Amino acid sequence: MFGARGTGDTSGYGGLVRTAAATGSSERPFGSYFDEVADDLERAYPLFSEAIERVVVDRGELTLHVKREKLVEVSKILRDSLKFEMCMGVSGVHYPTDAGRELHALYPLLSLTHNRRIRLEVSVPDVDPHIPSVVEVWAGNNWHERETFDMFGIIFDGHPGLTRILMPDDWQGHPQRKDYALGGIPVEYKGATTPPPNERRSYK
Amino acid sequence: MRTFDPYAPSRDTTEGTVYSVTGGDWDSLVQEIGSTKEERVVVNMGPQHPSTHGVLRLVLELEGETVTEARAGIGYLHTGIEKNMEYRSWTQGTTFVTRMDYLAPLFNETAYCLAVEKLLGITQDVPERASVIRVMMMELNRISSHMVALGTGALELGAISPMFFAFRERETVLDIFEMISGLRMNMAYVRPGGVAQDLPMGAIAKIRDAVALMRKNFKDNTTLLVGNSIWMKRTQGIGYLDLAGCTTLGITGPVLRSTGLPWDLRKMQPYCGYEDYNFDVITADTCDVYGRFLIRMNELEQSLRIIEQALDKLEKLEGAPVMVADKKIAWPAQLAMGGDGMGNSLNHIRDIMGTSMESLIHHFKLVTEGFHVPAGQVYVAIESPRGELGAHVVSDGGTKPYRMHFREPSFNNLQATSAMSEGGMVADIIGAVASIDPVMGGVDR
Repeated sequence: MFGARGTGDTSGYGGLVRTAAATGSSERPFGSYFDEVADDLERAYPLFSEAIERVVVDRGELTLHVKREKLVEVSKILRDSLKFEMCMGVSGVHYPTDAGRELHALYPLLSLTHNRRIRLEVSVPDVDPHIPSVVEVWAGNNWHERETFDMFGIIFDGHPGLTRILMPDDWQGHPQRKDYALGGIPVEYKGATTPPPNERRSYK
Repeated sequence: MRTFDPYAPSRDTTEGTVYSVTGGDWDSLVQEIGSTKEERVVVNMGPQHPSTHGVLRLVLELEGETVTEARAGIGYLHTGIEKNMEYRSWTQGTTFVTRMDYLAPLFNETAYCLAVEKLLGITQDVPERASVIRVMMMELNRISSHMVALGTGALELGAISPMFFAFRERETVLDIFEMISGLRMNMAYVRPGGVAQDLPMGAIAKIRDAVALMRKNFKDNTTLLVGNSIWMKRTQGIGYLDLAGCTTLGITGPVLRSTGLPWDLRKMQPYCGYEDYNFDVITADTCDVYGRFLIRMNELEQSLRIIEQALDKLEKLEGAPVMVADKKIAWPAQLAMGGDGMGNSLNHIRDIMGTSMESLIHHFKLVTEGFHVPAGQVYVAIESPRGELGAHVVSDGGTKPYRMHFREPSFNNLQATSAMSEGGMVADIIGAVASIDPVMGGVDR
């Protein structure tokens, strides 16, 4: 629409295109209960520095970036020693520009005992989208992992039955990846044509 | 070549004989099944079935009347809301999220807006009046949602009168929603930074009347069901799920509270100023359908208490703003009632069209392009009528969400169907599913 290419921004008001920035590790002290969580995990899990790639505190939330090989180990320690009894599912994010770690999976954890929340983040390359399943640790992640597989194509190894859950079984592709077009048709109304959402002028 | 006849009474497959039952003579069917040697029967229930609480498909393996395996099939109402939101501005997002769990639209909107506000770093700047209105609207919504849960739950178990009473109360609440937002459902009333518009004239008095009316009317269902021996026989000891089962399955909301754990995010991790309200967290210790029913019944009164306190606060905050002061985020016009219905206020139109070119540009840019949200990600959870509703929002610094994910309590809790119903009677599955209170719009999104 309007013949704009590239950013689609013809005004300059919106500024430059930004991509999702991968922030570096946060410095101690993390503040709040986050130092305590990190200390407890280091004590309970000797391989902490090897398994945890980064510790990020942003907007009052703690994210532990875990290597995928260590995910199940870390999860068990977090559940049993640090009392994160509940995992609130898994949410995938696709960053096509983040070379070598295009697919991210985020696990929000909740501790009923301590009333705390943290988050685990695992990133894997597009060409090898395998993450070990945590269904054996938190059974409730069963459907969530199926959904993330369905939407992003992340394969959760060890899942008891990794099949599509929302899309039809014979569906091609994984709809929430950024390389999967939204689709849609132009709509004409009173002489004016509105293009489908993914072809409209886009501001970044 | 054999043609497939969907109306044939039976056909043979590799898995055994498949019978199609669409009404008709059940005696002949029972006779035919009784003549086979097979003890095990697999029954498909739904997705179009009056008792499955929406387009939910249940695949049940039965031995006689006993359920040996129950599997839920979902996805029949998948609408791609999360994907669609990546192509719309942050403000337009509210019109999408409100359509997920269609019985609790204000919770979806509030969870989304709290997440966007957290990304923007304006959580503290949201005016108090807006937060109080959000709380009041959410508690009204909790009543209407619990009313559907109770009404349809009872209906699915064969009791019709409770549904009439429940939907009468729900209608009272929906009338209030219509008065305030113009819409009974899918209001898109809560917006990033506040709410779409202030309460109309006379709203507080009308809500006070409605609260008094509902408090009186709730007794009808209480006298009908609490302690009713038939109701108790259908619900007590049914759909059992204890605390260990709840934690490993990630179950929250009334199902978790029916195990005796007083876990309510309004108390444990308050948002929207819930720490300033007096209310009790209702629990039961029976872990069954009856306990969850009692929790929902008693939460109605707690919601009424919160609404009354919110109304007191709103009277003190009369005339205070309902949208964040930052003009780069707040919608440029205050809506007003005109000759052709609700729309931009005439004063605003006069101002931007007649006197200030900059205001016109600002209005246009904010409405077409929207505002930028700093890059990052947050997870915000609130206590919806069904449990923890979490919004995971990722921004890349643009005017649209980079990724939206909703942790829907209905989606998660529906996993408990198998644990609650396997080993029980086939008729009790209905009660177990109804006590989870899944809303398929939320399950499938």
